Amino acid sequence: MANITALLAGLIFGLGLILAGMANPAKVLAFLDIAGAWDPSLALVMGGAIAVGSIAFAVAGRRNRSYLGLPMHLPTARVIDKRLVLGSLAFGVGWGVAGICPGPALVLLGVGSSKGVVFVAAMLLGMGVFEILERSKSVDRPKMGRHV
Amino acid sequence: MLIDWIHFTPWSALAGGMIIGIAAALFALLNGRIAGISGIVGGLFKVQTGDMGWRIAFVAGLVAAPLVWQLFHSLPTLQIDTGYGMLALAGLAVGIGTRYGSGCTSGHGVCGISRMSPRSIVATLVFMGTGFITVYLVRHMFGI
Repeated sequence: MANITALLAGLIFGLGLILAGMANPAKVLAFLDIAGAWDPSLALVMGGAIAVGSIAFAVAGRRNRSYLGLPMHLPTARVIDKRLVLGSLAFGVGWGVAGICPGPALVLLGVGSSKGVVFVAAMLLGMGVFEILERSKSVDRPKMGRHV
Repeated sequence: MLIDWIHFTPWSALAGGMIIGIAAALFALLNGRIAGISGIVGGLFKVQTGDMGWRIAFVAGLVAAPLVWQLFHSLPTLQIDTGYGMLALAGLAVGIGTRYGSGCTSGHGVCGISRMSPRSIVATLVFMGTGFITVYLVRHMFGI
């Protein structure tokens, strides 16, 4: 059951991205280009998503188990550290160059765009590099608490 | 600041955003998890944790979205102007950066801000700020 709801959530998420214009890198870059002809549409995407999300997370935050009876895995980390800031910085540079973030990248993969394939392959490589670096580090010292 | 009114699509943006919010809401309330794409995909590299099923299912749903869309309607323009070399570098930065930063536009930007998480608010300000600066440099300083 959890896999079916995950599939549906992913599908609905992707349809939302396409309707919103988030899956169109040229539109994302037009949003990030405040000094050019600025297209503010994506601010409304964030606004609409957060409006719905706020209600859902207010409910979810008070529950010990999900409506399917699964344990809640909501993040508990509170520390604002160098990893968070530098990682987000690197992400912002990549996002600014391509206009593609991870969700839309997977939608573009589904479209079969060759540029989408190249982006996703590079993104997976980057995530793989992160895993290797993390694992080599955890050999030297005990594993730190997981951040989200 | 010059607003591009011709390409401004407030209603589809708002509706699309709300649908994204609904997907995140379903995932939190039913699966008890954050719909953060970089975290879901990144977790696929940790085979030993044994929670591959829902991760693969979520990713499959996302990849299938344009195919399902096309059953009812033709796809809108999805235009990538960036060249292959720059796309590869950008993808690499997005992959490493979202894992070190523990999230992306969905996990921090949508879910995290909805939860009013200070970490996510900081992360979102950083990646959006850097995104604005990067586009400024690329388009208006170097004119690529």
